[in-house]
Amino acid sequence: MNRFKEKMIRRFFQLNGLFVIFVLIGIFVLLIRNSYPAFREIGVWNFFSSAEWNPTSFTGPKYGILAQVYSSLIVTFGAMLIAVPLGVATAAYISEVAGPGVKNILKPTIEILAGIPSVVLGFMGIVVIGPLIARVFNLNQGLNAINGSILLGIMALPTITSLSEDAISAVAKKYKEASYGLGANRWQTLVSVVIPSALSGIIASIMLGMGRAIGETMAVLMATGNSPAMPENIFDSLRTMTATIAIELGEVPFNTTHYYALFAVGLILFIMTFLVNLVSDIILHKYQEVD
Amino acid sequence: MSRKYKQFFGFMALRLAGLIVLFVLFYIIYDIVSKGLSSINWEFISQPPRRGMTEGGIYPAIVGTFYVTVITALVSVPLGMFGAIYLNEYAKKGRLSRLIRMAIRNLAGVPSIVFGLFGVALFVQWFNFGPSLISAGFTLGLMTLPVTITASEEALKTVPDAYRKGSLALGATRWETIKTNVLPLAIPGMMTGSILGLARAAGETAPILFTGAAFFIPHLPDSPFSQFMALPYHLYILATQHHNISVVRPIAYATALVLIVLVLLINLTAIILRIKYRKKFENK
Amino acid sequence: MNNKTKVKVENLNCFYDDFQALKDINMEIKSKEITALIGPSGCGKSTFLRCLNRMNDLIEGARIEGIVCIDDYDIYQNGTDVVSLRKKVGMVFQQPNPFPKSIYDNIAYGPRIHGIKDRSRLNEIVEKSLKNSALWEEVKDRLDTSALDLSGGQQQRLCIARALAVEPDILLMDEPASALDPVATSRIEDLMKDLAENYTIVIVTHNMQQAARISDRTGFFLMGELIEFDRTETIFEKPAQQKTEDYITGRFG
Ligand SMILES: Nc1ncnc2c1ncn2[C@@H]1O[C@H](COP(=O)(O)OP(=O)(O)OP(=O)(O)O)[C@@H](O)[C@H]1O
Ligand SMILES: [Mg+2]
Repeated sequence: MNRFKEKMIRRFFQLNGLFVIFVLIGIFVLLIRNSYPAFREIGVWNFFSSAEWNPTSFTGPKYGILAQVYSSLIVTFGAMLIAVPLGVATAAYISEVAGPGVKNILKPTIEILAGIPSVVLGFMGIVVIGPLIARVFNLNQGLNAINGSILLGIMALPTITSLSEDAISAVAKKYKEASYGLGANRWQTLVSVVIPSALSGIIASIMLGMGRAIGETMAVLMATGNSPAMPENIFDSLRTMTATIAIELGEVPFNTTHYYALFAVGLILFIMTFLVNLVSDIILHKYQEVD
Repeated sequence: MSRKYKQFFGFMALRLAGLIVLFVLFYIIYDIVSKGLSSINWEFISQPPRRGMTEGGIYPAIVGTFYVTVITALVSVPLGMFGAIYLNEYAKKGRLSRLIRMAIRNLAGVPSIVFGLFGVALFVQWFNFGPSLISAGFTLGLMTLPVTITASEEALKTVPDAYRKGSLALGATRWETIKTNVLPLAIPGMMTGSILGLARAAGETAPILFTGAAFFIPHLPDSPFSQFMALPYHLYILATQHHNISVVRPIAYATALVLIVLVLLINLTAIILRIKYRKKFENK
Repeated sequence: MNNKTKVKVENLNCFYDDFQALKDINMEIKSKEITALIGPSGCGKSTFLRCLNRMNDLIEGARIEGIVCIDDYDIYQNGTDVVSLRKKVGMVFQQPNPFPKSIYDNIAYGPRIHGIKDRSRLNEIVEKSLKNSALWEEVKDRLDTSALDLSGGQQQRLCIARALAVEPDILLMDEPASALDPVATSRIEDLMKDLAENYTIVIVTHNMQQAARISDRTGFFLMGELIEFDRTETIFEKPAQQKTEDYITGRFG
């Protein structure tokens, strides 16, 4: 009796553990199920080969995802140009240079930054960064690609900084000491020993930050202007995959081609972030094993 | 350039990076506080919006965010705790637990808007909950699950193994051991970590856009199946969707301030809890 | 001294994954005696001890072959209730591991788990166990203070009391005194001699004098094998095996 009870309790907890897998698979399956009608109607080739997204066009709806994918990637790329140097440098500063006092300020700063809701950052994009970009580059308005990149850069920063810092501080003391022993100073040791040994962890952190940036919605929705055409330069307004879903899902009737097409966009987004996270996961775990 | 100068400029560059990060956070907070504070008064916190949101307060949005966060907690805290108990107390190091851990990490990386789609398809449509507190809360709950499960596992890991072995050696069963000797020590830590996850959920917008958040409802939600106003969504509306954006800008700032303060307060509660709990643990 | 066999071990092998930690062990442990297990570090003493109350079940990758009979019952046969086995075979660990609870709750932990709720009955058990472990006088006025505030030696006696409170037949002790100073050690040794009147005790020790002082029988382990097992005087005075003699005279290990 008692043993039966123990078994049932174990089963109960196991089910709860398995639940996470169910959710992940559930998301995937629902996305596929709800994308399928869209692919059938629109045609897979049309969906992926066209840059024209105009579901409510008078002359017949257009469902081409290219411009959105390109927009998502270009904004993310810009974000990485900002977040990677800043994040890795800050991480190196925290773990190798800063004294305990500075550390105690910077670490919570990064935690708080991570906790700021993305809608607030999007708001900052509208009220601070947008006008700033407009003034500096002499534009009518600043809701465009760089604005989105700056915001996504700020969003990815905490992830990159804190994980890079973990990787950098995990570099064994003996490597550093060996380097000092050879007469290298702290900067040389940092550049030629510490960073290279922490590289896989740093790369993993960058991948994770990138995954977050690709999937971020509110900041880009509010700050990039959302024009659905293919952007031509960094001052163009653009519309990412996430923003497309956010803008249009509220307006479409359920179970129409347009509705399903938005799920198809979601599916592509899911697969993209899944792959990025997977790569980061593989790197991170290889690196942990060596450690 | 001598290596001494290289080091000097190198460290200078690193310091500069740290300063920029500090400045970014400082400026965000400065901007919001300085421009939002003047619009905050008792009416703002306690009254619903009036005159097309150009006057009045944000009371229903505060309450809506509170309600939806409670539902989120009801979903993600128990599920996270139980899942963590399985991973840390029962599961052997094998394929299954590796798979679960991988699923947790991947779930944590799923974009919030995709959770929104999932919530619409599953809760709003399939379960027929409609756009409602419960659809939104469930969606946010599943989204927060990776945080609560990871936090709970961390907390379980801090309980020394000797307490488990000692109990088992006295003839206690696994579950008795967990119940009497592990959970009492781990629960405070589980709560702190979970609260941090809930703070993030409270500030999320994308998952609730289509699962229940409403543009404007003059009264409070009266059942889990009602739509609701929420602070982050309200800020989004005021910032981008309002017909007279410049008029409501001060209200938007004030809403942002309330949202940030709310999120930071939740975080602070968790941190204080953690410090208090850690002290108690160390004293013994 | 009676000579009833309490534990009978036959052809016991123990593996951690592919590594064989115990090789074909045969041993008879007599009732109400103290049996000491000695041998160099890593020779499998703790592993052997854990085989006797199936604590090895908790180690991933551990596998056991052979027979361990306690009171003529094979504890590795299918359907054995591990919980009641561990109730019958108590264990004291190398590091004192009191629970972060009051002294009282530590002792009452086992009895409560096994269904005793009555307060006066629990009081009795707590008092008796603490007296048996020679701790009562020191702690009787502060039973509700944290067990973690006790000294190391007191903590270890508390752990012994905690094990006694579930009324085991057998007490397994894995280097119970190795974390203690000489005074505390001698208290524990005295305690064990007292306990041997009612309990069967198996103790692992690195301390040869300790084995010689307190035990009735001694087993010498080397690299997973039981080299020699005999009365303690025999082992220390005229061991049959050269290896045993080398070890106890300190020529290796
Ligand atoms: N959990 C385990 N997993 C794998 N191998 C183990 C495990 N526990 C012990 N071993 C191995 O089994 C052998 C016997 O270990 P055991 O702990 O029984 O030795 P011991 O005689 O108690 O040593 P000591 O005196 O140091 O406590 C050792 O080689 C050890 O490395
Ligand atoms: Mg040992």
